[in-house]
Amino acid sequence: MTSRRGGNKRPPRGFGHWGQVVAAHAVLITYTVIALFPVLLVILNSFKSRRAIFRNPFELPNSSNFDTVGYQTVFEGANFLLYFRNSLIVTIVALLLILLVSSMAAFALAEYDFPGNALMGLYLAVGIMIPIRLGTVSILRLLVGIELVDTLMGLILVYLASGIPLAVFILTQFMATVPQALKDAARIDGASEYRIYALVLPLIRPALGTVAVFNMIPIWNDLWFPLILTGTERAKTVILGAQIFLGQYISDWNAVLASLTLAMLPVVILYIVFSRQLIRGLTSGAVK
Amino acid sequence: MPPRRRKPFPFHILVFLTPAVLIYTIFMVYPLIDSLRLGLFSLNDTGREVFVGLDNYRTLLTSDLWAPRLWNAIRNNFVLFAIHMSVQNPIGLLLAALLSSQIIRGRALFRTLIFTPTILSVVLIGFSWRLILSPLWGIAKDILGIFGLESLYRPWLGLESSALVAISLISVWQYVGVPMLLFLAALLGIPDELIEAARIDGATGWGVFWRIKFPLILPTVGIVATLTFVGNFNAFDLIYTTQGALAGPNFSTDILGTFFFRTFFGIQLQLGNPTMGATIAGVMFLIILAGVLLYLFGWQRRLQRIEL
Repeated sequence: MTSRRGGNKRPPRGFGHWGQVVAAHAVLITYTVIALFPVLLVILNSFKSRRAIFRNPFELPNSSNFDTVGYQTVFEGANFLLYFRNSLIVTIVALLLILLVSSMAAFALAEYDFPGNALMGLYLAVGIMIPIRLGTVSILRLLVGIELVDTLMGLILVYLASGIPLAVFILTQFMATVPQALKDAARIDGASEYRIYALVLPLIRPALGTVAVFNMIPIWNDLWFPLILTGTERAKTVILGAQIFLGQYISDWNAVLASLTLAMLPVVILYIVFSRQLIRGLTSGAVK
Repeated sequence: MPPRRRKPFPFHILVFLTPAVLIYTIFMVYPLIDSLRLGLFSLNDTGREVFVGLDNYRTLLTSDLWAPRLWNAIRNNFVLFAIHMSVQNPIGLLLAALLSSQIIRGRALFRTLIFTPTILSVVLIGFSWRLILSPLWGIAKDILGIFGLESLYRPWLGLESSALVAISLISVWQYVGVPMLLFLAALLGIPDELIEAARIDGATGWGVFWRIKFPLILPTVGIVATLTFVGNFNAFDLIYTTQGALAGPNFSTDILGTFFFRTFFGIQLQLGNPTMGATIAGVMFLIILAGVLLYLFGWQRRLQRIEL
């Protein structure tokens, strides 16, 4: 406390300060360009003719180079609408089930003091750090055994199981913050334990959002399980469909760029709409 | 004495716990354990499983057919991890430090834009970079040309010497948003009074960061390192997408994930070998477990002691 500057909270703002401000913005702008450039390059070129893609890759699409031949090839060559439907069903159903069963388990762990409570919490938490992929050989055998291989249900069950550990962990912490008086008041009014669970659920909506965000992107983007667990068209997801299509059409640049764009755009649009909630969810989950 | 009133058996606890525990046990815990068990078995000529103890592990670690592939994959995995630790996480920390600073305008916008690649599928990212780095399109060459460095261009993904580094950097580019957000959350959680106190004591921005903020976010550093480790030793998609299941050229980008996939699923004319695949998954399990335990007992314990 010897070198205290009387009353001055911050060092005086001189030339050095403005240098710092400019340099900091320059770093961020540069990195933002690096992060977005490849994505924009693919999206913009997908709307151009083959000649324009190679001649002037950095040019924006305009009336002289506009061409949607790539999109026509994609819609003729692949069942993208079916893949989209499959991906949507798998992601939404898996997410809803993760939220339902995890919040129920989290409620039990946070609310009741039963023997083995801590052990059960630990058992469910072990799966946070161990990737489910390591059990793939047995998962395939299991699903073949119960005839769920090559079905959307098989994928949903696998994503559901792998989503439970982190979801229970996060939700238990939030459940514990719900005031006890509230639940006791409901009990005195004669509410059943199930009713109290239904009462608590809306109170931890932000936590449910966080859990949904944590699971949504990895499930939608997963390649591994669709690759191994689905064989025919009927259960292919967008990402697997794109992977196969891209492999087959690799020399048709219009089709490749168009299919990349088609697979990217829905996620990018959703991200633009929900980015605020998504990032807040990720950071609040991270603090926990 | 009246008989003690017994509480009714708490069925509702069972109802709440059963769905999650059952599904988690059947579709995650059981397969993981069964897979470890399968690594101790081998299929004989009639297709029946025979217990062989640690023979599969011995074959994997020592035979001329398997050992070179395994060690190559493990080595490549460590290179991948080293590049993420030395490039991705410092860049993530730098971006987080900038984004947590009051002098930046439009912090939310920068944060959102920089995180964009992270939300996209690895398949799409992999193919996009394959196109950009391709000599056919020439984008990478053109960009180097802007800086007069055209002669430095090589088809990096196609060369044995550079493919793994190129793949690692693509992955760094995609996932830098994750450490950035984790570090940012930790930095924003530091109480302002601490920072103000340090400034009043005459500390500069640089000093405040390394002497006050960085020690306070050490727990996050440990979490980021562990997540990076688990993610890298579990990686597969990017290499499968850009280099194919054979992880070319000449296995130079082969990691445990692709080695596991080829062995268990089979490729081209080679039939899949589930028991040997399970053995490789067993090796991956042990490596990941070692990493996680090192974090829990090495890093966290030490931090707790410092706090006390």
